[in-house]
Amino acid sequence: MRGHREAIGVAVVVAALIVAPLGQGNYIAYLLCSWLMLAIAAMGLNLTLGYAGRISLAQASFIGIGAYATSIVTLAHYPWVLGMAVGVVLCFVVGLLLGFPALRVRGHYLAFVTLAFNSLFFLVARNEDWLTGGTYGLSGMPRPRIGPVSTSGQLAFYYFTLAVALLAAVVLRLIVRSPWGRAFKALRENEVRAESLGLDVRRLTLLAFAIGSAYGGLAGAIEAPLVQYIDPGSFDVVQSLSLLLMVVVGGLGEFWGPVLGSAVAVLLPEALRVTAAYYLMLYAIAVILLMTRCPGGLIGLARRIAARPARRRGAAVS
Amino acid sequence: MAQFLQVLLSGLATGSIYALAAVGFSLVWQAAQAVNFAQGEFVMLPAFLVLIGEHWLHWPLWAALLFGFALSILLLGLAFKRLIVQPFGPDGGLPLVIATMALSILLKEAVKTFYGAEAEPFPSLLPNGTFHVGGAVVSVRDVLNLLAALAVVLLLTLFLDRTKTGRQMQAAAQNPGVAEILGVDVARMTLYAFLLNAALAAVASFLITPVYLAKFSNGESLGIVAFIAAIIGGFNRIRGALVGGLLIGVLDNLTATYVTLSYRAALPLVLLIAVILWRPQGLLGDEEARIV
Amino acid sequence: MTSPHLSVRGVFKRFGPVVAVNDVSFDVAHGEILGLIGPNGSGKSTLFNCILGQTAPDAGSVEVDGRRVTGSRACDLSLLGVGRTFQQLAVFPGLSVLDNIIFAAQEHRGGMLGRLFMRPDAGLTEEADRMIEFFRLGAVRNKLAGDISYGQRKLVDAAMAFMAGPRLVLLDEPAGGVNPTMLAELRERLLTYNREHGTTFVVIEHNMDFVMSLCGRIMALAEGRIIADGTPEEVRAEQTVIDSYLGG
Ligand SMILES: Nc1ncnc2c1ncn2[C@@H]1O[C@H](COP(=O)(O)OP(=O)(O)OP(=O)(O)O)[C@@H](O)[C@H]1O
Ligand SMILES: [Mg+2]
Repeated sequence: MRGHREAIGVAVVVAALIVAPLGQGNYIAYLLCSWLMLAIAAMGLNLTLGYAGRISLAQASFIGIGAYATSIVTLAHYPWVLGMAVGVVLCFVVGLLLGFPALRVRGHYLAFVTLAFNSLFFLVARNEDWLTGGTYGLSGMPRPRIGPVSTSGQLAFYYFTLAVALLAAVVLRLIVRSPWGRAFKALRENEVRAESLGLDVRRLTLLAFAIGSAYGGLAGAIEAPLVQYIDPGSFDVVQSLSLLLMVVVGGLGEFWGPVLGSAVAVLLPEALRVTAAYYLMLYAIAVILLMTRCPGGLIGLARRIAARPARRRGAAVS
Repeated sequence: MAQFLQVLLSGLATGSIYALAAVGFSLVWQAAQAVNFAQGEFVMLPAFLVLIGEHWLHWPLWAALLFGFALSILLLGLAFKRLIVQPFGPDGGLPLVIATMALSILLKEAVKTFYGAEAEPFPSLLPNGTFHVGGAVVSVRDVLNLLAALAVVLLLTLFLDRTKTGRQMQAAAQNPGVAEILGVDVARMTLYAFLLNAALAAVASFLITPVYLAKFSNGESLGIVAFIAAIIGGFNRIRGALVGGLLIGVLDNLTATYVTLSYRAALPLVLLIAVILWRPQGLLGDEEARIV
Repeated sequence: MTSPHLSVRGVFKRFGPVVAVNDVSFDVAHGEILGLIGPNGSGKSTLFNCILGQTAPDAGSVEVDGRRVTGSRACDLSLLGVGRTFQQLAVFPGLSVLDNIIFAAQEHRGGMLGRLFMRPDAGLTEEADRMIEFFRLGAVRNKLAGDISYGQRKLVDAAMAFMAGPRLVLLDEPAGGVNPTMLAELRERLLTYNREHGTTFVVIEHNMDFVMSLCGRIMALAEGRIIADGTPEEVRAEQTVIDSYLGG
């Protein structure tokens, strides 16, 4: 019953996403692309933090690794798919390595280790001009071409992004629906107990980081041809914090949380037509209020509201 | 040698200001288990409050400073505790961390929107100029910054160790349950920690802003440095945070001069990762103080 | 059947100045139910942790079925057929009771990568439902484990320890906080399980009636040492055991 409702909901949203940019300007398509791109990265972070319970403040650096890899490969006239694959694999491996600290420390300490990693990535990106173009960054990345079809038009690129995002969502859905999903949650809830029941805590923690980071890399592979200009500043710690906010605002450990959270951060200010500065201030205040009232995020809030009349009904019956 | 002395001294001077922010950070951590991700912005803001007093209200500098200091304590101490930290109860966890991140965005954007995005000069409270010691050119401001910051930390340590209130604060932070039974007003002591943090942040702000100019984004790097100093020093001890701050200031300057300019910021980060992984209790902390 | 199921030799563990486990050696035969008693802080839980890979002992060795497992990780022991419960309740509060119990066996199914491609329940729902029925948890099957009563959680905890079909189970105070009716039931469940599956048990318990009526053999620990080992009657009569409790 609930599964049905969710399927219908997803179908409606996908249909809406297909028609959304039609008849709108290029800007709307661009905006939708950046939203989907961030949603992919936030989904990955949600796996690491929301499902497996390990905080990471380095997700922006993985978008960076993916974006630089894709840019370098495509600027050398190799296909986008190759660049994307290089970026994703690289992020998987680096994410795996970043998972090792998570075997030793938790909570705030892990937050600081990953934050330091992100800062180090920023320094490398800024200083290794030969590879990353330094502070000037890289620009002019071509948009991918699928067989005979080029995605250089904004609308075509939007559908391309939408397809990638849907594919990424489906894969993640399969992961969290499989026994792995339960294992990730068990890891989050009680690691010692999980290990005593046979869970290889070490391997699963590393995987939580590796997969989450690979999603960051995929987002980067979209960002490079989307913006067609990248520089270290796009991947700094502030960006990682804002991704973290998206995941938490949407709802930690909720599959659709990151999609909603990134929409609130990217699409809502446009819809409300307020300037960025005011929006950010309102957003910050709203986040503080949300955290005090409902740490489960917007989806947690929706669940609570949905559950309330049911409880009242239940009380009336008894 | 002369150059080394110069580099060392200016490193100590900046380091001592980092230490102020780190000490405040540790105080709040101890008192309320709250990791304040807006700590950098807490150091950024007071300078702007002074600028508001000076340029908008056209007050003399001393009045503006007083105004900035008082308002900082009100906003970053009292309001921060009442409105942001308190609603989360005794163990805020991740939601509280997220709230302080949001607060840092709020403070940054508010300054950018209402005051301006440009870097503003900030009046120096200390005389400029230099003097020579054995061939080294020493900036008077550096020396005075260092002395001022050290004096503040010394006073704080004396307050915490020698006065009744100070000892009650420590008791309240270490074991609130027992302290409560022994008649300590734990809520009040916690509030004091927040007020002290705000005061330290304001002092740090007044000392460091003349060096770097006032800019809304100043807090971004400052906050990270404060964390690093606090963690390296042992997170929950005042002296540790002081040493951590000085160490980072000096290391940063030494790397920049003798090793690499472009990667000067990397050393503290690497040090942070190493300390967390191999000595989570900090360089000065002991095993029992470990709180992972 | 001559070789013991569990064999502990010279296990030693200190925490700073405290010697929690002091040169403990004992064997447990297949199918035996061994009770472990002793005053608070006598080192019972620490001994469990040393056996199960949660704490590294300073000295000594542990063998399961003649296989040396000292230094193994807890997850490896679980795969060897050793289950446990914890003194501090250990369920996954954010998962449903059913998910808790399914999880308890899923890591024993296939390889890690294989599990990624299994059905969501890893084919364990039926088995989990049998376990739920066995422990009379049907009424809370789909509730979150964090939302059910303490006693029920205690049962979920026990159900999890049995779910993977272990041949050796270590229970740390299974009766703590469980009401008398449920207690009798728990004892029946454990005895039935032992009869039907030939499972070996080691049970830490402060509730003397419970432990005396459940266990065929009882071992008493005081200050990290074994001070008595025998049938319930023998241990009950042992003066040193009484002294250790009275002397604190
Ligand atoms: N992680 C630890 N760090 C320091 N000391 C510990 C630790 N775990 C146990 N101890 C100490 O080891 C001793 C044995 O503790 P243990 O928990 O094994 O006792 P127990 O027999 O299970 O007691 P209880 O019946 O109260 O559960 C105690 O003195 C305890 O304080
Ligand atoms: Mg115990």
